[in-house]
Amino acid sequence: MKIVVAIKQVPDTATQVKIGGDPKAIDTAGITWIVSPYDEFAIEEALRLKEKRGQGEVIAVSLGPDRVKEALRSALAMGCDRAIHLNDPAWANADTLATAQALAAVIKQEQPALVLCGRQAIDDDMGAVGAQLAEVLGWPCASWIMEEAVDADAKSVRVGRQVEGGLEVFDLPLPAVLSAQKGLNEPRYPTLKGIMGAKKKEIKDVKAGDLGLTPAAPQVAVKNLEALPARPPGRVIQGEIKDAVKELVRALREDAKAI
Amino acid sequence: MDFALTEQQEMIRKEVATLARSFSLDYWLEKDRKHEYPWDFVKAFARAGWLGAIIPEAYGGSGLGVTEAAILLHEICASGAGTSGASPIHFYVFPPMPVIKHGSERLKEKYLPKIATGEIVMSFGVTEPNVGSDTSRIQTRAVRQGDRWVVNGRKVWNTNARNATHILLLARTDERDPKKPLKNLTLFFTEFDRAKITVQEIEKLGRAAVDSNEIFIDGLEIPEENVVGEVGSGFYHILDSLNPERMLTGIEAVGIGRAALGRAVEYAKQRVVFDRPIGQNQAIAHPLAMAWAKLEAAEAMCLKAAWLFDHGQPCGAESNVAKLLGAEAGFEACDVALQTHGGYGYAKEFYVERLWREVRLYKIAPVSQQMVLNHLAEHVLGLPKSY
Repeated sequence: MKIVVAIKQVPDTATQVKIGGDPKAIDTAGITWIVSPYDEFAIEEALRLKEKRGQGEVIAVSLGPDRVKEALRSALAMGCDRAIHLNDPAWANADTLATAQALAAVIKQEQPALVLCGRQAIDDDMGAVGAQLAEVLGWPCASWIMEEAVDADAKSVRVGRQVEGGLEVFDLPLPAVLSAQKGLNEPRYPTLKGIMGAKKKEIKDVKAGDLGLTPAAPQVAVKNLEALPARPPGRVIQGEIKDAVKELVRALREDAKAI
Repeated sequence: MDFALTEQQEMIRKEVATLARSFSLDYWLEKDRKHEYPWDFVKAFARAGWLGAIIPEAYGGSGLGVTEAAILLHEICASGAGTSGASPIHFYVFPPMPVIKHGSERLKEKYLPKIATGEIVMSFGVTEPNVGSDTSRIQTRAVRQGDRWVVNGRKVWNTNARNATHILLLARTDERDPKKPLKNLTLFFTEFDRAKITVQEIEKLGRAAVDSNEIFIDGLEIPEENVVGEVGSGFYHILDSLNPERMLTGIEAVGIGRAALGRAVEYAKQRVVFDRPIGQNQAIAHPLAMAWAKLEAAEAMCLKAAWLFDHGQPCGAESNVAKLLGAEAGFEACDVALQTHGGYGYAKEFYVERLWREVRLYKIAPVSQQMVLNHLAEHVLGLPKSY
């Protein structure tokens, strides 16, 4: 069974994000980059599927500049068999749809039985690429899955999605696109042997032209980034409890208009 | 000259940091408080294959060098694990080195794969209560009886003995020859036979999670095949442990310094007194900046020593300097970090006091700062020996 995992490289969750000199982008100086944590669930699930079935191939795909190789190398160190890097300045301003179209083009070439990705990347939290990718491919899609089971013939997959108080269960014919929610699994740490082996695995560079694509102008573009306004200071109401409560109710009603 | 880490070394650094940081500072505080061996931590590193880092690939390891081991131990310490995390792991790095370099094929085949998986828990027996740094006068005696050696004696500062399954042991196999005082010692790698070795733990200032002990050896039998290298040349074989041990402990101290410094810098940014963050005061900022500078310099020295060792070049002086500067820089960083925290630095819940207690060890072990300076004065500068 061939599985493609679409991953995104994002700033480490501990990064203090700053707006760059160009107010349309963040300042990337000094940022530590990681594989988006939800995508790690997707990688882990793909590897488990392969291990459970005793055969198969897991291919990591990512779109982005040269630094993205590091994220792909991490995916290879976890155990993916090979990687494809969609690396072309033509995609520099790609929005989610252009990203989905690029991924769809490479997935059509690879013809996997299953595509996995994270429910969203933790940088801009759009959460759109998975569903758009399924739409472009014309494949069924289940988002935010908590469990999956592919049938013996790899003809369909049963997935569980978290809903309040339980799981929603769906059967999807394969090929399909699934996006992973936290709780699907516990991603492994790369082993030392995995890290050493990753060096020898292939990362194939692919340009837009190789896929016969000419990326269109993005339909969603960033106009401007602004820092959140500083939080106004809190207010401590002094005095007798009786008076303080009255003042609190008044403030909530008249100043904050909360009640 | 190239100061950059290779892509693989950079990945090792990043992945070790990620794995080590999955164990919180509270985990280490609890291990220290409860005096518990950090088994979960060791097992996580075993599962991911790190214990076999320097074991050759032919024996189930990854065949990496001391440089990679230095990166590994630095990141463990810098995660905040400190000596509590580094000690159990570094026993998989330098004690096996003489076995790798001088052991018989049979010894290597029998033991190295089990070291690589963590099945073997190592301890290291060189120092003795009555001789301190004068290894030439060790008294633990091994006597040949047929195809076995029988050992009697005492060792002190034996780390890990509470859990060890095996021990790398240096013992006298012939009388001390004043002309060649370091000859006639033999190195053994053997099972830790608890019927013949009594372990008495030493309570100490720091690193309560990992035990230090005095051990009493009474009639320990060791098969002839468990001699490492040549009979009578044990001291020279163990040098292949001692030099890596110095550069690695040096970089461990640097890593601990970095963990403490990181916390102090965060604290200095957030702690507001007299209407401004205390880090705005140069009396706070400059010592922190100086601590960083010294950590950088010491780390570079440690990596240079590791590079020399990995390239088969003499590294005695550099290994000693790595440990000297690492211990100084690490301690200074922890001390400055504690000072930066003011009264809270003394409180356990701010974490730096544990690092401060742990890093103090490196000025004493594996060799004292003073003995390092003696070595440099005599062997590098050519001054007359003072003792």
